[in-house]
Amino acid sequence: MSRRRVSPSLLPGFGPALGVTLLFLSLVVLAPLAALLATTLRGTPREFLAAVSTPRVVAAVRLSVLVSLGAAAVSALLGLLLGWVLVRYRFPGRRLLDTLVDLPFALPTAVAGITLTTLYAPTGWLGRPLAALGVPVAFTPLGIGVALVFLGLPFTVRTLQPVLASLDPEVEEAAASLGATRLETFRRVLLPELLPALLTGSTLAFARGLGEYGSVVFISGNMPMRTEIAPLLVMTKLEQYDVAGATALATLLLVASFLLLLVLNRLEAWAARAVR
Amino acid sequence: MTDSRRPVRSLLGFAASAASLLAIHALAGAAARAAEPVEILNVSYDPTRELYRELNAAFAKDFLARTGRAVTVKMSHGGSGKQARSVIDGLRADVVTLALAYDVDALADRGLVARGWQARLPHNASPYTSTIVFLVRSGNPKRIRDWSDLARPGVSVVCPNPKTSGAARWGYLAAWGSVLTTGGSDAAAKALVGGLFRNVAVLDTGARGSTTTFVQRGLGDVLVAWENEAHLALAETGAGRVEIVVPKTSILAEPPVAVVDAVADRKGTRAVAEAYLRFLYTPEAQAIAARHHYRPRLAEAAAKAGRTFPSVATFTIDALFGGWRAAQKRHFDDGGVFDSLFTTK
Amino acid sequence: MTAPRSREPRAVRLLLIGLALAAFALFLFVPLAAVFVEAFRDGARAWLAAVTEPDARHALKLTLLVAVIAVPVNAFFGLAAGWALGKFRFPGRSFVLTLVDLPFAVSPVVAGLVFVLLFGRTGFFGPWLADRGLEIVFALPGIVLATVFVTFPFVAREVVPLMQSQGTDEEEAARVLGAGFFTTFFRVTLPNVKWALLYGIVLCTARAVGEFGAVSVVSGHVRGETNTLPLHVETLYNEYAFQGAFAAASLLTFVALATMVAKAIVSRRAREEAP
Repeated sequence: MSRRRVSPSLLPGFGPALGVTLLFLSLVVLAPLAALLATTLRGTPREFLAAVSTPRVVAAVRLSVLVSLGAAAVSALLGLLLGWVLVRYRFPGRRLLDTLVDLPFALPTAVAGITLTTLYAPTGWLGRPLAALGVPVAFTPLGIGVALVFLGLPFTVRTLQPVLASLDPEVEEAAASLGATRLETFRRVLLPELLPALLTGSTLAFARGLGEYGSVVFISGNMPMRTEIAPLLVMTKLEQYDVAGATALATLLLVASFLLLLVLNRLEAWAARAVR
Repeated sequence: MTDSRRPVRSLLGFAASAASLLAIHALAGAAARAAEPVEILNVSYDPTRELYRELNAAFAKDFLARTGRAVTVKMSHGGSGKQARSVIDGLRADVVTLALAYDVDALADRGLVARGWQARLPHNASPYTSTIVFLVRSGNPKRIRDWSDLARPGVSVVCPNPKTSGAARWGYLAAWGSVLTTGGSDAAAKALVGGLFRNVAVLDTGARGSTTTFVQRGLGDVLVAWENEAHLALAETGAGRVEIVVPKTSILAEPPVAVVDAVADRKGTRAVAEAYLRFLYTPEAQAIAARHHYRPRLAEAAAKAGRTFPSVATFTIDALFGGWRAAQKRHFDDGGVFDSLFTTK
Repeated sequence: MTAPRSREPRAVRLLLIGLALAAFALFLFVPLAAVFVEAFRDGARAWLAAVTEPDARHALKLTLLVAVIAVPVNAFFGLAAGWALGKFRFPGRSFVLTLVDLPFAVSPVVAGLVFVLLFGRTGFFGPWLADRGLEIVFALPGIVLATVFVTFPFVAREVVPLMQSQGTDEEEAARVLGAGFFTTFFRVTLPNVKWALLYGIVLCTARAVGEFGAVSVVSGHVRGETNTLPLHVETLYNEYAFQGAFAAASLLTFVALATMVAKAIVSRRAREEAP
């Protein structure tokens, strides 16, 4: 893998290519986001703080963060299980399952939303037995969590798979020959190797979950203070003619996305080093 | 079919031109201007989908017969506040038919609709009225008869979010007013409404979402809904699963209609838009409204449609709450009474 | 390639496979099955009627049109970004990469809102556009813009790292042999990244066809005009037309399944051709 620093003069087209990149970036991404910031900056910092610290906003943000975190953790565990089984074991139907992992990513979120709601509502295939057990899922935070786990699964599986595949079997054999049990080997040898990818995948899932709208609105119940997620509150505020409140919360979400991306970049760099 | 040709035409245009977004803007504009038979857009609230499907067909027929011009009425549906917001942001509605006057006032405040719009058409610019009733499970197992029953512990209520839904705001004020009209105090009214919303299991964004939650998802003991919506739900699910309970008192809900002056003048569709709204007051349209369980302004239209509407002691928002603006400010704005129901136990 | 030797006891292995299958069933098979069961609840005839009624046909056409515009735009951008960011190093490069990724992490609601703030009637360019009778939000251009925004990173994310790892040796050789920029790009670079490009296009198409949140904010939900297929699903769902909603949803699910198969094929071919 050559990573030599090339002098731009050797290859042509740097200027135009960078120009096109920056132009598109500015038009499609930066200008719209700048419009959001500019709208927010029309108010004073005090107004911004007031807008994002009302109890309802705080509750919505807390719910979004907590459920997304929980869902990312569950996605990580399930991702580890699925990734492990898909990479390490051979069984009939493995290829099919491997393809199917992408379903939540490929399926439009609205379809996921109405399908999960239909399944987990108290009248649904899964909701009815669960409700009988006293575990209502749809229209509770748990329902939001289920939707976000569904959404996050491909991210954790797909980041873990290449790392699992690249693990050197000799390391495990060495551990085993030194008397480590299988569980110890996993915990002491494999897990540290997998950790960067695990964190990257779950951070991706978390970032998606925090902003997710389509698959969640149908199943969430939308109760202020209880099951109202932050992206929905942006819409609700807009519909109440509270543009300032909506843009303030949207800005908060945008800043969170940006910070998460910076974290992701670091994680990916770490993961790249770990693989090598 | 003009509507299906439009994207195709743009597509061909796009393929011919370079990948310039500006080209698409120009095309979309040109296509809109070139539309030959007149087309207007009615931006409406959630539960009117079935009503306007029929009204639009009747209007198109009537208009063609009278003027020889073909007219298509396009529809957009959603929560009332969301729809008004879209019009404010530029959705080119020739007419709005919303759930409450406050949302049309919001358009008037921003210069889209002329002030005094409510006096331009008869009956406060509401061609039909409705009221808020309850939909309960078959046999009414929780014995829900009136508003006070909704605040009883152990009753699970499904209602849309008053922040975004017209039906929910009417319902909230109906509950509040049921206390005031029977001699209760403001504090007692707040206690009742507080109890009611503490019993709410799911607060959907729009009236439709709530009906789906109650009927299809089987959540809750009682749904607070538009009378017309309750009847539709009854018809959709078939008798024997849910039934309608009419409270002793309720609010006279007047869903208003208005021409969006700024848009209609710009598009040159004012004459059609006004004819459309006037059509809503004709015996034919009134009978259609009655058939869809909206209370018609023409009393004989109900009989003609074969509908009887149970009598409810109704009060108006102007009499009890000093109009929509005052009610909105006190109850539904951020930091208002509705918010305090959720933040304080 | 033979399977890596697994060293767990057979019981543990079977348990893990069982658990994984259960998770697959619960999270992937059951929702997939539910879509089709609901879509065909009233029989194939009802399904056909639901997907061929004029509003559904229009929604499908609009959705495809949006994808046909958004995907090439993003593919072109992805290649330009790949060349600039993959083949050259310059100060601020990693920052630009982060910005390219940004739409991936931004909430779809925010993605829609920003275009309303820019082009809405009360937005920054609202009055200017209104004077010229141009419609962006609540019309095709707004839907396209929101879709381009949401799908922006997908091609670039696949192409940039590959172009970077392939280095510049082959291109430099071509240059030394006298090839011009276009010859170098189309004969050397493009064949090297074609699978990554295709892969990105597949992902990009899936998102473009299925985007709901951002498009919902800028669409205006006008039936037969600005309703895309995902919005049509929501509209029907809100009309008690559940079978119709799921019938339209099943079309989108077909697209999703086709995407997944295409993705699997592309990544297999890419692996086979990898040195």
